[in-house]
Amino acid sequence: MSVPLRVVIAKPGLDGHDRGAKVIARALRDAGMEVIYTGLRQTPEQIVAAALQEDADVIGLSILSGAHMHVCPRVMQLLREKGLDDVLVVVGGIIPDVDRARLSEIGIGGVFQPGTPMQEIVDFITSHARTHAGEPGTRR
Amino acid sequence: MEHGRPAPERRESFRTVSGRPIERLYTPGSLEGLEPPPDSSVPGEFPYTRGLYRDGYRGKPWTIRQFAGFGTPEETNQRYRALLAAGGTGLSVAFDLPTLMGRDPDHELSVGEVGKCGVSVASLADMEALFEGIDLGTITTSMTINSPAPMIFAMYLVVAGKQGVDWRSLSGTIQNDILKEFIAQKEYIYPPRPSMRLVTDVFAFCAEQVPKWNSISVSGYHIREAGATAAQELAFTLRNGIEYVQHGIDAGLDVDAFAPRISFFFNAHNDFFEEIAKYRAARRIWARVMRDRFGARNPRSWQLRFHAQTAGVSLTAQQPYNNVVRTALQAMAAVLGGAQSLHTNALDEALALPTAKAATLAVRTQQIIAHETGVTDIVDSFGGSYFVERLTWDLEHEALAYIETIDRMGGMVPAIERGFPQREIADSAYRFQQAVERKDAIVVGVNEFVSTAPEPPLATLYIDETTAAAQVGRLAALKRSRDDREVQRALDAVGERAGSGGNLMPALIDAARAYATVGEMCDALRRVWGEWVEEPAL
Repeated sequence: MSVPLRVVIAKPGLDGHDRGAKVIARALRDAGMEVIYTGLRQTPEQIVAAALQEDADVIGLSILSGAHMHVCPRVMQLLREKGLDDVLVVVGGIIPDVDRARLSEIGIGGVFQPGTPMQEIVDFITSHARTHAGEPGTRR
Repeated sequence: MEHGRPAPERRESFRTVSGRPIERLYTPGSLEGLEPPPDSSVPGEFPYTRGLYRDGYRGKPWTIRQFAGFGTPEETNQRYRALLAAGGTGLSVAFDLPTLMGRDPDHELSVGEVGKCGVSVASLADMEALFEGIDLGTITTSMTINSPAPMIFAMYLVVAGKQGVDWRSLSGTIQNDILKEFIAQKEYIYPPRPSMRLVTDVFAFCAEQVPKWNSISVSGYHIREAGATAAQELAFTLRNGIEYVQHGIDAGLDVDAFAPRISFFFNAHNDFFEEIAKYRAARRIWARVMRDRFGARNPRSWQLRFHAQTAGVSLTAQQPYNNVVRTALQAMAAVLGGAQSLHTNALDEALALPTAKAATLAVRTQQIIAHETGVTDIVDSFGGSYFVERLTWDLEHEALAYIETIDRMGGMVPAIERGFPQREIADSAYRFQQAVERKDAIVVGVNEFVSTAPEPPLATLYIDETTAAAQVGRLAALKRSRDDREVQRALDAVGERAGSGGNLMPALIDAARAYATVGEMCDALRRVWGEWVEEPAL
């Protein structure tokens, strides 16, 4: 039996629009993943700390405010500093096309714009994330 | 297809976008036996189901009011002048998230957010730049701000005063609707109870000194955007309205002194008939609530006036030009439902804030409806339609049942503290998404009629970090030039007034005049009331 993926869904920045974050969190949970939702207004530091504490395989960031080019590089930098380079990071929200390539360059695994089917996100995470269960140094 | 052999129906059951089952055909029988029966009033008569005015849009068409704001106050000022030149008839200010959350551009939580989804307004100096060359005595301005509503309103009043405009003639709207922030949009600062005091302070101040100003815009828009059904939007919005009226009365105000200045704001979503019925039901419920529940005697207290905005959530990043069509149809529903003012979204808003070109097309959409389709020549054209009358009745009664449930919880503040409307909305949002996944709900260009050819990229507005640098620099310069002792004295007075009771508006106006910042004024109250933290729940 496969070990479920552990996913932290986070709302960084000042933006309070949490419909997308909540819907995707439920969809991932219904797809069999273990989902931790951080709630609103998390700093990159808080998000990475949650990922570390929860032994996350995946971080999903929901950003609709235009702050993604500030938030995402900071999250990636902190993950590297904590040795969590192999955590898959995906972003959803109002992300202009011009930023997709730049987000990919800094190591964001997937960018999902409005209208993306939930199944597509589930499939993407399932095929790109790697469970860390049982590895030395993990807490499970 | 051969005649005489009807095709099987496409589905087992047919439902509105809110999931409401609908019948194949509505007849006089659809309205028989309803208790209480649908009203048979005419437009301009209680309970105003058919509209507030006898002549509908024949006298005055709705106000074309486009929500706009981005970057620095100077950049937004230019957009406003362009919108007014294009035939816009009112302004509507979109503030950036730091402003909405009561944080200055130089605060650590503002990094990456300054000027991004609205204009950055940190102090009176920014407010002056925002309305430079625009006569506040002749235009009406709507300001979408909630937790810091009294602070921003104070700045606006000072700018109007400096322009020589008498507050008694000043007209516009401050959203000032904190309950829907706790329920849906989540831009709150203080806990619900002190937040309600700020709301009623604005009511009382306006009733006394700015009598033509709409002191609140009770908003269903964000509730719907967060995933509510049409009936939930209707119910939670009107129940919020009831909560505000009750708090105003409890604060010692005469209901007819402030109720005529309560305005509403609804979504204009995809389901054409359901939306028209929603607006009609809203007017009927509110008229009866105000007359019968609160004993209001002034007919203006009974009249639900509303702004509508097309559904941002219905816009798709895929095939963005489809959004022009969606928006036009949604706008048509708002007009047929009798909106007093209307915002039409631009085609590129699933990707970014709109470009000037896209924003102009959105204005043109309203002008085509107003001047080319003929719908403005007749009042409540769907009145008497068996279907629309039945839908109106059904929505009304579904909303009344919710209102009763919330009454039993002790009102909306306790209901919010228990997470009731939040959960109802999250459940509806998830149900809708599942319907899209199953293709029970079709979204053209997204889950059906998907483009196979790559789409040419759309040129979108891009706000870079130069706005933040400019605003941080401007703030630093302001702090060097203002009278710090005067600022401190004014801020201390705000804090004292918060602790001791009494209307906060005069103290905030003094602070605004001294060029205290939004962040400083909000901090003065944070020190007294603390901040609200929501329990994260799925």
